Amino acid sequence: MNNLSESGKSGMNLKETELTLGLPGEPRVGKACMKRVFSETVDLELGNSGKKDSSGSGSSMKKESATSRGKLVGWPPVRAHRKNIMTVKSGKYVKVGVDGAPYLRKVDLELYNSYEQFLSIRTVLDEKKLMDPVNGVEYVPTYEDKDGDWMLVGDVPWKMFAESCKRVRLMTRSEAIGLAPRPETKCSSSSS
Amino acid sequence: MAYSFPEEVLEYVFSFINSDKDRNAVSLVCKSWYEIERWCRRRIFIGNCYAVTPGIMVRRFPEIRSVEIKGKPHFADFNLVPEGWGGYVYPWVVAMSRAYPWLEEIRLKRMVVSDECLELISKSFKNFKVLVMSSCEGFSTDGLASIVANCRNLKELDLRESEVEDLSGHWLSHFPDTCTSLVSLNIACLASEVSFSALERLVSRCPNLKSLQLNRAVPLEKLPNLLRGAPQLVELGTGAYSAELRPELLSNLFDAFTVCKELKGLSGFWDVVPAYLPAIYPVCNGLTSLNLSYATIQSPDISKLISQCQNLERLWVLDYIEDSGLDILATCCKNLEELRVFPSDPYGVEQNVALTEQGLVSVSEGCPKLQSVLYFCRRMSNAALVTIARNRPNLIRFRLCIIEARATDYLTLEPLDAGFGAIVENCRELRRLSLSGLLTDRVFEYIGKHAKKLEMLSIAFAGDGDLGLHHVLSGCESLRKLEIRDSPFGDKALLANAAKLETMRSLWMSSCSVSYGACKLLGQRLPRLNVEVIDERGTPESRPESCPIEKLYIYRTVAGPRFDTPGFIWTMDEEGNTPLGIA
Repeated sequence: MNNLSESGKSGMNLKETELTLGLPGEPRVGKACMKRVFSETVDLELGNSGKKDSSGSGSSMKKESATSRGKLVGWPPVRAHRKNIMTVKSGKYVKVGVDGAPYLRKVDLELYNSYEQFLSIRTVLDEKKLMDPVNGVEYVPTYEDKDGDWMLVGDVPWKMFAESCKRVRLMTRSEAIGLAPRPETKCSSSSS
Repeated sequence: MAYSFPEEVLEYVFSFINSDKDRNAVSLVCKSWYEIERWCRRRIFIGNCYAVTPGIMVRRFPEIRSVEIKGKPHFADFNLVPEGWGGYVYPWVVAMSRAYPWLEEIRLKRMVVSDECLELISKSFKNFKVLVMSSCEGFSTDGLASIVANCRNLKELDLRESEVEDLSGHWLSHFPDTCTSLVSLNIACLASEVSFSALERLVSRCPNLKSLQLNRAVPLEKLPNLLRGAPQLVELGTGAYSAELRPELLSNLFDAFTVCKELKGLSGFWDVVPAYLPAIYPVCNGLTSLNLSYATIQSPDISKLISQCQNLERLWVLDYIEDSGLDILATCCKNLEELRVFPSDPYGVEQNVALTEQGLVSVSEGCPKLQSVLYFCRRMSNAALVTIARNRPNLIRFRLCIIEARATDYLTLEPLDAGFGAIVENCRELRRLSLSGLLTDRVFEYIGKHAKKLEMLSIAFAGDGDLGLHHVLSGCESLRKLEIRDSPFGDKALLANAAKLETMRSLWMSSCSVSYGACKLLGQRLPRLNVEVIDERGTPESRPESCPIEKLYIYRTVAGPRFDTPGFIWTMDEEGNTPLGIA
């Protein structure tokens, strides 16, 4: 990491010249303003241009934090017709997570007509987790419904589940103990 | 010359020479070969519409039948080229309408095409057969109606990813009932519904139809009939691939696919319902090309499909395939030559899929013929890149996009110089390279040293200073196209390598550190280049010469400065004067 040391950055402070939307908290500024910021910054540095040595260290190696990063024009380089494809479909997306796995998968419940179809996804998540079957860890699919209650998947008809499901989580069996199955006739109150 | 062949003999010999490079070489042998060649050239490719004028083209080549023209720079695909930049095909069509009454084919890429233009095409060329418009814009479905109504021998109408003003689907009904010549129809980019009965009749009366790419508005229910009308199809793009689960539709679809014995390529698959995927099982084994890049299906469904496509040569897919799916690809598809993995959630901040560098490593291990890669991911390491490079020295195209700009090697937190260095060092035939991640001047040193066959290089958020650009311009002998954004490259490297720019098609630089003064100097020194400054802040004359410009596009040309520049483009002139353009 030596060659990235921040001693004496050559002329170009790229972090400052990044295309951002402006200071955090400020409303979005127009393109012209962004460009002015860029040129003003460089104007200031131009006095040093003679001393600029091209082997100097460059951009800050600090990764931009997710919250401070503004949207860059044309980055990542995805073509417009690809962007549109994903957003047009409405669908009913719920997050599906597995205890211990780092990724939350977003799944469109409208693609499925039955638990069987939907649970084939669950199987793959399971397989990943169960790479070490020696553990004897077992996963139980659970979901959070409209009322915020955590229920076992499979107790109500699929359509009812699809309508009321907000997100899905594969819990370990030990954690899932204590989740009561919802009675057949659902009362409108949230008590289970 | 006493011992030369008669013209007719030479002409006959030349008729076997079709590549542009060879034709150009032939024309340079002597004056008489130049003359004979120019009269018998039938096909011309113009990589930059501003490198030459229509007048020059028709004067030199009087008997052209097929023209291919490209307009905007590649970065236009990512909104980096402002609206109104140019690339108008109209002057070309006007000149050709007068000079080439027997013109048969027009292929355009990133050009602006108007409805008047399309109408002019449809009325000027009696034997017009092929219209391909890739990433074009400026026309509506009315223009399409002119083409299909008037071009009696139309073989190909291909709208590849063009932006069309979609007034209605009526245009398709303008195909005359007598039209039976269609070989290829691609309307995938259109939103409106076309008349399904007109489409069915068209498809079933064209016995030579080989390629049909439907748009999303064609529902799945219509597909079986369409397929039955064209069992000879080689390429199919489905419409929306979803419907409520109905067993009879599934079996109908399955039976229809069974009849398509020639099918080699599949695409489309919008709104895919996984339950309908088994309908394509009958054709999977014969597929060489599969485009699932609009299909929002998950890894297990993708994997099931891929494992049946053992002859796949090309796969385009979303990152939903994940590392696990890529493992299966690596195991099952030993003929794979091209892989493109697109991001499902490019602007999301968190990783949403289990796709990492490992997937690409697996494919590089398992697929010995892999030569072309486009890969979007959220992390990479030098070690992985080195492994990929060693596994696949036969790579020709390598485009890696790590979504976070300037991302480091996630294991060591170092720049990715060594990894990309390994790519160019091992892959001696590499022609196209796109870089991403944190990169210093060192990577450009490697590129300049090793990438001798590299023709196109894309750079973003990379390098430390002029030395990096200098390495590339001085070292990459085969470089034709260089596009750079948001990198600290400036005047010194450009001025030191000015002559190199005349050996290239074009150079694009945006949000770099090139000063207006340097642009003026380049314009002065190199009269055979157009040095175009693009700046939406108003004339660069109003700012100090040392001030960097927003965007720069330099290209070689025999046409001189162009006359259709919009108000935000200034062409540096040869005298070093106030540049041409609206002040």
